[in-house]
Amino acid sequence: MYKLTLIIRYLLKRRITHFAIAAVALCVFIVVVVMTVMSGLVGEFKQKNHEFVGDCVVGTESLVGFPYYEQFLSDLYESGFVASVSPVVKNYALLSLTQYDVKQGVEILGIDPALHSRTTNFGQTLHFRVAQPEKAFVPMYDPNAIGCVWGIDVILPRNAKGQYAYGDRPAQISLTLTCFPLTAKGALAGVGANPVSTQNFSYSDYSHTGIARVDGYTVYIPLEQAQSLCMSGVEKRVTAIHIRFGPDVGVDEGTRRVGELWSRFKQRMAGQPNVGLLDTVSVQDWMRYRRAVIAPMEKEQVLLSLMFVLVGITTVFIVFVVFHMIITNKRKDIGILKSVGASNVGVLTLFAGFAFGVGLIGSCAGTLGGWLFLARINRIEQWLYEHFGWQLWDRTIYAIGEIPNRVEPEVVAVIMASAIASCLVGALVPSYLAARLRPVETLQSLRT
Amino acid sequence: MSQLPVSLKAENVHKSYRMGATRVNVLKGADLAVHEGEFIAIVGASGSGKSTFLHVLGGLDRPDKGVIHYNGRDLNRVRARELNRFRNDQVGFVFQFYHLLDELTVLENVMLPAMISRSIAGWLASRRTVRQRAESLLEQMGLKERVKHKPYQLSGGERQRVAIGRALMNQPRLLLADEPTGNLDSATGNGILNILDTLNKAGQTIVMVTHDERIARKAQRIVTLVDGRAR
Repeated sequence: MYKLTLIIRYLLKRRITHFAIAAVALCVFIVVVVMTVMSGLVGEFKQKNHEFVGDCVVGTESLVGFPYYEQFLSDLYESGFVASVSPVVKNYALLSLTQYDVKQGVEILGIDPALHSRTTNFGQTLHFRVAQPEKAFVPMYDPNAIGCVWGIDVILPRNAKGQYAYGDRPAQISLTLTCFPLTAKGALAGVGANPVSTQNFSYSDYSHTGIARVDGYTVYIPLEQAQSLCMSGVEKRVTAIHIRFGPDVGVDEGTRRVGELWSRFKQRMAGQPNVGLLDTVSVQDWMRYRRAVIAPMEKEQVLLSLMFVLVGITTVFIVFVVFHMIITNKRKDIGILKSVGASNVGVLTLFAGFAFGVGLIGSCAGTLGGWLFLARINRIEQWLYEHFGWQLWDRTIYAIGEIPNRVEPEVVAVIMASAIASCLVGALVPSYLAARLRPVETLQSLRT
Repeated sequence: MSQLPVSLKAENVHKSYRMGATRVNVLKGADLAVHEGEFIAIVGASGSGKSTFLHVLGGLDRPDKGVIHYNGRDLNRVRARELNRFRNDQVGFVFQFYHLLDELTVLENVMLPAMISRSIAGWLASRRTVRQRAESLLEQMGLKERVKHKPYQLSGGERQRVAIGRALMNQPRLLLADEPTGNLDSATGNGILNILDTLNKAGQTIVMVTHDERIARKAQRIVTLVDGRAR
């Protein structure tokens, strides 16, 4: 009972204890805030990439693409575990805006807007045709024209708050896409002085995925137009098939089953012309398919975690120093306690309990502070921008709307447990030394 | 007095300390038999080993050589847990500098030995009884109005009376006082001695260390430490 009483008194009455609690709280605050923001950004980025590509992709890196995809689409539909599929042609082109004298290299994605909207979140990324994604390529101002959808950052500027200056209707803009069509052998299809293929489109809508690389460099066009613009040959080809699984099918399980289907499909196609192109195709879940863009962010997160390990070590050291000071200051108490019958274990438990208290209060305070700060982080950033012109991320450059601030209970639990463990580790040696103190040493030293 | 049973007996106790490079032999075969109800004063020159002897008698320190018998058992051979229990409920210490815990109130300081000897459950079951005994002790010491004060709010004499209350909390058989008046003025010191005298008359066994022969005369028996031996 004396331990509990003294722990509470030490926690409440000792000013140095308050410094220790403040140090722990500060460390926890920093870790909670940065981990929440960073985890939020990475999580959001992953989710956007997942939504952008669907659950699984059967595709090739080659711009030549692969044939016989329609047969494989039938296989996928018949399998029963696939909810929807979307064949896609990906290539690169030169975008020319004759009205504005603009020329820009872009990535083109040839899609069927209805299929692609069922497989990915393409439909929800549209601005004017969000309710009718199947009409994404039908310009509102000219239903007979062949439309195209732009990644929103291709042309539309953002203001400092990250908001776009949308109009009421899509502007009447014509553009030309030029690219090099390839044969099934990978050779340029055009010959002579004009090896390129050119086609005119009318701007019909924006697509805002929230992925900067996609929104800044992508133009979506109808699948058939992409095939005629970028490919030539007898068999129609695509570069990828995006797949969304049924509601009860996990991504790993679905991808494994698609892989099996693809292997059987390849065997069945043996002997067909240009069947070698099927060998360049791989079956990947969305995460692996987008690993080139996700991996750097994950690496940053790992680096950040390592930095927090250093913060943890610093906390241990701070707690060690503070406890060393406290216990040196409390030698008299230790002698008194032992003179009235307290055991070594009792003294050890007293200071370990004290360390636990410091860790618990510090981590609770840090978490509460972090939570309050995160709840207001966007307002704080807004205030800083309005008064000092300072922004954490320049919204005219980065495709970030609001700073992520959703506190994950599991993450907080791990951070708090780590903080308490750090305090216990930091207090271990001083507590052990305190427990080993001979009472007569401390009492005699106080005589002088 | 010698007809009463012996409660504590020290035989041929040796104790030395290292001071820098040299080893100082403080006790060189000290003997002492403490009988039930006795009031003994241990006197000696400064540095003669009086306090060291008291600490060894009370189980705060172990002798290098020699035996401390208590209830027929050698304190040097008992386990740490038993020695802790011995310090908790068989002896009560009163120190020259009071040694109270500043974080606790006067009442809590007095209750401290009882808190140490009980688990949380045991404490919850007996806290009223313990509190009543602590309040009764403080009333005896004339500190009834000071129970909620902190030690640093009290005078030296009051602090020493709190320390005596704490020493008596678990009703120990032996009260060990190390220069209990050494830090007090004459009048306050006399007050403390009167309390000790009253306790002894009520049957409390007391061993007191002092360098002051005048104070020692309050005891029934005076033992002088000379050259590390008790005479």
